[in-house]
Order: sequence, then structure tokens, then C-alpha cells
Amino acid sequence: MASTAPRPYQNEDRRRGLRIFQSHFVTGLAVLATVLVVAPLVAIFGYLLFKGASSLTWAFFTQIPKPVGEVGGGMGNAILGSGIILGIGSVIGVPIGIAAGIYLAEFGRGTKLANAVRFTADVLNGVPSIVVGMSVYALIVMREKHFSAWSGGVALGIMMIPTITRTTEEMLLLVPHPIREAALGLGLPNWRSVLSITLPTASAGIITGCMLAFARVAGETAPLIFTAFGNAFWSHRLDQPIAALPLQIYIYAISPYDDWHRLAWAGALVLIVLIVISVALVRYAAGRAVLKGAG
Amino acid sequence: MGVGIEVTGLNAWYGSTHTLHDIGLHIAANRATALIGPSGCGKSTFVRCLNRMHETNPIARVTGSVKMGDIDIYSGISPVAIRRRVGMVFQRPNPFPTMSIYDNVASGLRLNGYRNRRSLDEIVEHSLKQAALFDEVKDDLKKKSGASLSGGQQQRLCIARALAVDPEVLLMDEPASALDPISTSKIEDLIFQLKSQYTIVIVTHNMQQAARVAEETGFFLNGKLVEFAATTKIFTNPSDKRTEDYITGRFG
Amino acid sequence: MPHAVSAEGGSEPPSPFLSPIRIFLNSRGDAALTDRVFAGLMLLSALSIFAIVIFILRQLIGSSQLSLHAFGWHFFFRSAWDPVSGDFGALPFIYGTVVSSLLALIIAVPLAVGTAVFITEMCPRFLRQPLSFLTELLAAIPSVVYGLWAIFVLLPLLRDRVNPVLIKTLGWTGFFSGYNLGNGMLAAGVILAIMILPLISSITREVMTAVPSNQREAALALGATRWEMIRVGVLRNARIGIVGGVILGLGRALGETMAVAMVIGNTPHISKSLLDSGYSMASVIANEFAEASDDMYRSALIEIGLALFIVTILVNGLARLLVWAVTRGAPARAH
Repeated sequence: MASTAPRPYQNEDRRRGLRIFQSHFVTGLAVLATVLVVAPLVAIFGYLLFKGASSLTWAFFTQIPKPVGEVGGGMGNAILGSGIILGIGSVIGVPIGIAAGIYLAEFGRGTKLANAVRFTADVLNGVPSIVVGMSVYALIVMREKHFSAWSGGVALGIMMIPTITRTTEEMLLLVPHPIREAALGLGLPNWRSVLSITLPTASAGIITGCMLAFARVAGETAPLIFTAFGNAFWSHRLDQPIAALPLQIYIYAISPYDDWHRLAWAGALVLIVLIVISVALVRYAAGRAVLKGAG
Repeated sequence: MGVGIEVTGLNAWYGSTHTLHDIGLHIAANRATALIGPSGCGKSTFVRCLNRMHETNPIARVTGSVKMGDIDIYSGISPVAIRRRVGMVFQRPNPFPTMSIYDNVASGLRLNGYRNRRSLDEIVEHSLKQAALFDEVKDDLKKKSGASLSGGQQQRLCIARALAVDPEVLLMDEPASALDPISTSKIEDLIFQLKSQYTIVIVTHNMQQAARVAEETGFFLNGKLVEFAATTKIFTNPSDKRTEDYITGRFG
Repeated sequence: MPHAVSAEGGSEPPSPFLSPIRIFLNSRGDAALTDRVFAGLMLLSALSIFAIVIFILRQLIGSSQLSLHAFGWHFFFRSAWDPVSGDFGALPFIYGTVVSSLLALIIAVPLAVGTAVFITEMCPRFLRQPLSFLTELLAAIPSVVYGLWAIFVLLPLLRDRVNPVLIKTLGWTGFFSGYNLGNGMLAAGVILAIMILPLISSITREVMTAVPSNQREAALALGATRWEMIRVGVLRNARIGIVGGVILGLGRALGETMAVAMVIGNTPHISKSLLDSGYSMASVIANEFAEASDDMYRSALIEIGLALFIVTILVNGLARLLVWAVTRGAPARAH
């Protein structure tokens, strides 16, 4: 009878208990980490809603800021200004970005040049937006000796190009090769095949990629600080300083006036809603694009 | 009416791999010609050389001559012009997913600049009838997308699309291999009826299909054309032992 | 020639040899010129990516000549910042950028990896989509909104709840001393951590899903617990990519402008205490550029911008190489 000798694998049993405990412990840590990550998001969004919702009146969207000391007013000029600047930016960024994406997916696939372009675009996406703003300042504002809406648009457009290039490429690569072969087999020239067959097939994904880029630059403040500069009044002239929503939020946030803080919260809420809608749409459309391409 | 195809000394490469060796044959007009052989023997590559699709791959290369009617398709003419005269149906049905049935069939003409609306309606209807698809879809021509049809219907749609540009030659690369037996037999019936109007070249790994459908058959092996003769001869009394081995199932 | 199959004629008469369709198609050109022009336009657009980089470099180098010549390399090692007398040195900003970014990494990396591990390996299936949607949202919130929230929620929280505890327990280290206003280096580090967290997390998730499942199965078959399976089967293989993700997060933190400008305190001095206010490269540009009155002042700021540009390019380039090395070839699966 081996009653005094240790049972086989007894040490391993003890260690196994410890290992299982470790595993559960790490699981707990991971859950904790996730909660800590989700909490700020909920906190931020909830706080925005709480502080900003009540200020989203009709006046908010249609009026310009009142002078300091007067309560009320709105950010109408900033919303309009953002729209104008984003419009200019899109006119610059969307065509060039999509065309570059077409090059990467349809013409240069696998070439060293395409790899270099793709890599550079990814790196550009990580460059601080304030640097882009400075460069546009040096190019346009310094030369013209005044801030302008269109210099802000140029800065945002430059920022949109690398983003749209990559998303367009990725969406075009999802188009199944047999579709292209069918188009070529019908005797369509390459440009026709790309524009009338391949591009429309990927259009849902490409459009949502553009929306994502749009939403991203819509919230950018830094490049506008010394290009569009901001404006306390209604303005739609392209060669004059113009207000922009994120810029206005910044100015109000660091100001000492409570009423301006209130407006800042409302403006931030507007921005966030725009972004949430865009992200949700992108996820929805990307899911459908994958299904369509596989069909 | 279709045209005959005269192939002489055709060689093809993918990069440095020599995929087709010195192919020479004559494909008769207004007939169906089958190409058989084991996987990877080069029959698909050969067929893609007939409409210059092979060279859409940047590392692909072709030498030799392919005369369609009295024109060598590799001398001086652009590939785009050739492909307008040679229709192709692929192994997996590939209708354009964003287009309706009507738009799919009309695409070859429309996207090449054809504007006549009324005439397009007639052409679309005629092509769909030729492909034996019209009755099944005639109420939904513009409403249903090309991709919403069943597999067999999609393939007939692709055939209609290819026929709408009135090609002289119709190339079919294993058109029924992805389909169920009923759709397969429908497509074989189609080929029967179409070959009096077009020259049809059909690649198939299904020897019974070749026997059912084609007047002449070519057997490919390792990038070479081993034997080319009347279908009955290939299947009952082949001249080359390799052909006999393949037919009787010793390999492939 | 004997026929194995009899040719049954079709029901329609054969179309004439040169039908109107054939005539029409034969008359169309082959569009060779259009094809070339089209391809050329696409190529030019792709080259615009390079043009952007060159453009930025040219503008920044060109407009910082004054400062480059006046201070040379010492610019980055000096602690002066006196616009009145025209004396400029970028060291405080470099210090501020580096410290706040490192602090952000220390806080963010464990949390980001933890979240990624949870979502990829442990999470019940129905939670996966909502959670990854949430992290994607976090990544999309604009900097200025983070800054706004930080000013009115984070700073008071730090000032009233967190910092006193830190001063009491860790004040002896010297890192938590001095005035407690809420803003400063610690605040910048925390808000930066929140901002780079989703980026690191999503890249970590991407490289983790790229690890083939046979690695996980092999570990489990050997009797590993779940954590051991993750550690050995997944994390070890994804190591390089995770490092790449971390470096990408660092790159983002280095260049983050608005939120940092709103909480870091904006005083150009170097201090050991994390509760003390500081300044970063990006925020000094944001704060002072519009009012920079003379050329030397502006030139110094642009030089800082140039340094920031080069550093972020290098950091991001390195990070992308690492991530690419791990995920290349593996299909990117939808999160």
C-alpha cells in the first residue's frame, strides 16, 4: 500500500490549480480593462448629451454668437463655415483620393511604385494635422497675407487624400476578378471597364470610405487655426476668415464664460452625432459590400 | 454566321513558365469544337489566347498566329477590337451585380456607345430568347438584378450578354462545371441550337459533354495538342495512346 | 466529315454575315488614346501622395530658415522661449511631448492589450460587434471634444480625487508634488492614453486574429489553460505586430494637438513633477502661432513643426513596417 508515498502527479495537480487560477485572474483583468475602456466613452457621450442637448435649439443652428455677457446666440455661422470648408476639402480630396485608389487597385497592383504609394499614404495618415495646417499656411496664407476659407479647405482636402486613397483601394480589391474579366471579354476598353463596371460595383464601399474621411476631418481643429482662423460673424466668402465648428468649440471651451461653455457642449454634441452616424453607416455598408462582392 | 479559326505555331508563357507549346489546329466555322484534357493541361489558356484575354495578365506572353476569318488577331489589331468579335462565357457565372437583367445583356452594346433605345429592346429580347432565358425573366427584365438569379439562370444570362454583341466566335470555358445537372443539360441544348449561327469552342473536362455537343474535339496534355479529330474518332478510335489513356480514365 | 452529333438548325434564320450590330461595333475605335490618358490621370493622382510629403517638407524647411540659421542644432537642446527678446529653444516642448506620450503609453498599452485579448479570445460572441463598434467610436471622437470633456470632467476629477491620493502616497518620489491645479503633464498623459487606446487595441486585435487558429488548437491540445493558450499560442506570435501597434499609438500621441493644448497648462518649463504644467510641441504651435508677430518667432514655431513632422513620419513608418510584417498575407477579417 503506498499510503505514505506521494501520489503520482500530485505536484502537477497543485500547480494546475494555480495555473487555472491564473487564467481566471487574467480573464478578470481583461474584463476590467474592457470596462475601463468603455467607461470613458459612455462617460463622454453621456456627459455631452447631458450638457449639450438642452442647448440644441433652433437658435443654436441659425444664430451667430452673441457678444460676451449676452446669453443665447448660437453656432450657425460655425456650422455653415464648416460646411463650406468641408465642401472645398471634399472637392479636392475625393476625386484625387479615388483616382489614386483606382491606380493602386487597377493599374499598379503589385508594383513597387504602388507599394511605395500605399506605404506613404498610411504614414501620411499618422502625420499631425497641425503640420498640414502649417504647410498650407506657409503656401497660401503667408503669400496672401490673410486667412481665408479656401486655405482651410485646401488643408482639409490634403488630409482627406491619403484616407480616401486607401479605403478606395480596399473596396476596389473586393470586386471579384471575374467581373473585370467579363467586362474585358465584352470588348470594353480598360477605362470603360473601370469606370462603368468595377467602380459602380465597389461604389457603396467607396462612398462610405469618403464619408469616413469626411467625418474625420470635420472634427479637425488644428489645421484650421491658422488657415481659416475663425470668424464671429456670418461669412461665406472664400477669401476671408471663416468660422468652423471644431474651431469654435475650442475657442469657447478655453474661454472663461459659462454661456460659451454651454455652446461648446452643444457644438460638441452635434459633431459627435455626425461621427456616430458615419461610423455606423460605414460598418453597415461595409458588411453589405462584403456580401455583395461574394455573391 | 461564324468564322473559322486557323491557329499556327501558338506558344504562350506565364512569366517564365511555358504553358502552351506550338499549338496548331483549324476550328471549323458554325460548328462546336470541344477541347478536353486533365486539369492544368493548357486548354483554358489556349481558349483565352483566342480572344487575347491571356495577355490581360501583365506577365503573360504569346507568340504565333491566330487567324479568325482572314485576319490575324495578333497582328496590328487592338485586343479590344478582337474581343468585340469574340464572345466569352466563363466557368463561374459572372453577371454584373449592380445591373439589372436588361442592363447586363445590353452592357456590351451600351458601354460601347450604342444608343438606339428601341433597337436595344429588341436585341435584349432576342439574345435572351437565344439563351432560353427570356420566358423565365421577361416580367422582371429591369427590376431584378443580374445577381439575384439562380446559378443556371445566371450562366444563361452571361450567354445572352455575350450573344448580344453578335460575336463571330463564342468561347465557353467549362460553362456548366459550376452548375447542377438540369442547368447543364439546358446549356448543352443551347449550344446545339447556337452552333449553326456561331462558331463555338467549348472547354470541358466532361468527356460525355464533349461527345454530346461537339463535332470535333481536341485533346490537350501538358500544354501540347496531342490529337485533334472528329469527336467520334477521338472517343472510339483515337490515334494517340495518350488520348486513349485519358479517355479510358487511366489518368486525369 | 462524320458528325457525332447532328446539327439541328436553330428556329431563327442565321443573321446576315455583317449584321448592323457587327457593323456598329467594328466602327468603334479601340480607345487606345483614352486608355492611356485615363491611366496617366490615375497615376498622377497616386503620385500626389508623394507630392504632399514633398510639399510639406518644402514649406516647412523653407519657412523655418531664419530659426534654423540662428540656432542650428542647439535649438533642440536649449530651454529658452522668449518671444520678446527673440530667444528660442525647443527643449521644454520636446520634454513635454515625450513625457506625456510615454505616460500615455504606460497607461494605455496594458488596457488596450487587455481589451483586445478580451474581445478576441474571451468575449461572448454577441458582445463582439457592439464592443468593437464602441472602440471604433472612441477612435473617431475629435481631439477638441476630448479636450472639452477633459477640461470640465477630467481635470476636476484629477484635482479633487486622484492627485491628492498620489501626492499622499507617492509624493516622496518627487513625481507628484507642487501645486495641484488638475492640469499638467499627468492630465495630458491620461487624456492621451484615452485617445490612443482604441488605435492600439484595434491593431492588436487585427494581429491577434491574423494568428492561425491551429496555433491556439495546438496549445489547447497540450493541456494549456485559456490564459496560457493566449500567451503562448497567440500573443507570442503576434508580438511584433503588437509592438507595431504600440509604436503607432506613440506616433499618434506625439502629434496630438488640441486635447493636449487644453489640459497641459501651457508653460514652457521642465519639471520633474507630473502635476506641474508643461508644454508640448504640437500645443505650443496651436497656441502661439496665430499671434506670432515677428518672423523669427514664426520661424521657430515652424521649425518645431518640421521636427514634429519628421519624427512622426519616422515613428509611423517604423510602426507600419512592423504591422505589415505580421499581417502580410493573412486576410484581414472583419472585426
